[in-house]
Amino acid sequence: MSSTTPLLDVSGLTKHFPIKGGFPIRRTVGAVQAVDGLDFQVAEGESLGLVGESGCGKSTTGRLITRLLEPTAGKVSYRGQDITHANRKELAPIRSEIQMIFQDPYASLNPRHTVGKIISGPMEINNVNPAGGRENRVRELLEIVGLNPEHYNRFPHEFSGGQRQRIGVARALALQPKLIVADEPVSALDVSIQAQVVNLLQKVQKELGIAFVFIAHDLAIVRHFSQRVAVMYLGKIVEIADREDLYDNPRHPYTRALLSAVPEATVDAEPRERIRLVGDVPSPINPPSGCRFRTRCWKATEKCATEAPPLVQADGNKPGHLTACHYPEVRDTVPAPRLSKDPEAAA
Amino acid sequence: MTSTDQQPFLSVKDLKVHFSTEDGVVKAVDGLSFDLMRGKTLGIVGESGSGKSVTNLTILGLHNPDSTAVEGSIELDGQELNGAPEKTLEHLRGNKMAMIFQDALASLSPYHTIGAQIGEVYRKHKGASKKEARERAIEMLRRVGIPQPESRVDNYPHEFSGGMRQRAMIAMALVCDPELLIADEPTTALDVTVQAQIMDLLKDLQREFGTAIIFITHDLGVIADIADEVLVMYGGRCVERGTKKEVLRSPQHPYTWGLLASMPSLDGPVDVPLNPIPGSPPSLLNPPSGCRFHPRCAFAEKVGGNRCATESPVLEITDGRGSACHLTDEQRTEHLADLTAAKHH
Repeated sequence: MSSTTPLLDVSGLTKHFPIKGGFPIRRTVGAVQAVDGLDFQVAEGESLGLVGESGCGKSTTGRLITRLLEPTAGKVSYRGQDITHANRKELAPIRSEIQMIFQDPYASLNPRHTVGKIISGPMEINNVNPAGGRENRVRELLEIVGLNPEHYNRFPHEFSGGQRQRIGVARALALQPKLIVADEPVSALDVSIQAQVVNLLQKVQKELGIAFVFIAHDLAIVRHFSQRVAVMYLGKIVEIADREDLYDNPRHPYTRALLSAVPEATVDAEPRERIRLVGDVPSPINPPSGCRFRTRCWKATEKCATEAPPLVQADGNKPGHLTACHYPEVRDTVPAPRLSKDPEAAA
Repeated sequence: MTSTDQQPFLSVKDLKVHFSTEDGVVKAVDGLSFDLMRGKTLGIVGESGSGKSVTNLTILGLHNPDSTAVEGSIELDGQELNGAPEKTLEHLRGNKMAMIFQDALASLSPYHTIGAQIGEVYRKHKGASKKEARERAIEMLRRVGIPQPESRVDNYPHEFSGGMRQRAMIAMALVCDPELLIADEPTTALDVTVQAQIMDLLKDLQREFGTAIIFITHDLGVIADIADEVLVMYGGRCVERGTKKEVLRSPQHPYTWGLLASMPSLDGPVDVPLNPIPGSPPSLLNPPSGCRFHPRCAFAEKVGGNRCATESPVLEITDGRGSACHLTDEQRTEHLADLTAAKHH
């Protein structure tokens, strides 16, 4: 494997879910354009964060990468091998290298199976027989994720939410994967427990060198966990950059608005910029023409309605910092208009 | 009885809410006191099972009286609510006090139009006609920022987006101009940009009508944005109280320290582990002895003598500020100084 081939290479990735309607003959009457032309790479051992609001297609992207869904168009390559339309048999060896961690620690564990059975499940399916036996391996995994190996025979209901999420992590690690797709792994957990699980994932990523696609809506947690971050809006990547560049120098108006909307638990800092977007995210069934963000953007012009901005390295961006905007933001110049009526914001 | 500006609009004293279940008695709220002035916002922070939602359901009288034992006093504008007849509570709910829930889709009836649901509250409490109620519903939808309220009033909840449903809920809660609004995690299910809109809306409405708001959340960032005063709950008790500035700038309780330290920020250091609070929240069926936080507290040893495990710390409030912890003031100052020093390195 040459070092230039990324672990995961996604180009033009598209998923349209057909909408059926009509009677008595059901036809396709439209499509939910959940994901529309994504390009990104994930290097070995790297963590890429995917952020965006609900309905932006980040979870669909996770399911396309793991091939739980088949793309409508585009290409997904894993270690140089095209898996876009690979069948079950072709996918089998790859499936053990790409694992997933789910959001809901209650729904994602079978309540009738013991922890031992849940975690050894992937080994059984893939007929993996580690040296020392599966049970030994499960006990090892339980220890890695910070659970008591003696709990091998317990059932999920005997564990708290945070502990269940640890079981989910242990299951994902069972086959020694190269890539883990984590879909909102901490958002269902209590604040004091979230940090425990984030630390565990970070430890796993560093010590075992596993690459992550980390899907979340919490911008602070994504920043903490991911070296590179992609911001999605309505099925498209609007900006992708190294963590430092994205958070310190957001070029896309949406990224800037999103960052300014995050409430921070501090009263000391100088009043932060507050950009209030108006309205809601439009429907992905009939997204706006041109730039999809234009209906909520304060900079939108005629050009934005007719021409979709390509995801490119905008003037002044560092290499690898790509922005899809005709009028990228420039740091420390004209502030964005304050769309809020809040006098505190205007102060 | 008339209330003056000095008198709290809502006064909760030593509230205890215990549920009897098959497994035993759940002490969901165990001795909670607070005051709330008109036009102010009290933020209640706590994790799941800390008793924050139960407190507010009890204020509204929405608990099941057969399985719930409520002790203490809840005074709204001089009127005692604990033990008040259901008819009185029914009259107050929706009229003088109202609630916004977390899940707007589950809280709205799917079979009735938005307008009918908002109008129903107005008709019941104000005796308005159908026509008046509809006009009022349109006015309310306009006030909460829903575009084209004249046509939107006839929509069903499924035709609204998440943010719009939450706005409709707020419209329904505010239709009778209540003086107390209880918002239970109203923005948790929303995206950040929509969350910011809803919080601005609540602040605008409060400025306009002088509503007292209880805002329940687990997110200290939201508290920093909206609250005047903060009450931190843990295991059914208040562990710390104060103004927003006091609690966020110089927190006094180790649990509050833990919450603040465990959250990553948008400009904090990366590639270092976060500082989680070890363990998990306690079961209220069988809460820990002494201080309920002591099994997870890093400072229990500092107090020494097993005191935290045996002796329940008293919450002493002076001028609205205080915490329930055995640490001495010197020990606290020391810890805060350490924190500030660590921040600057």
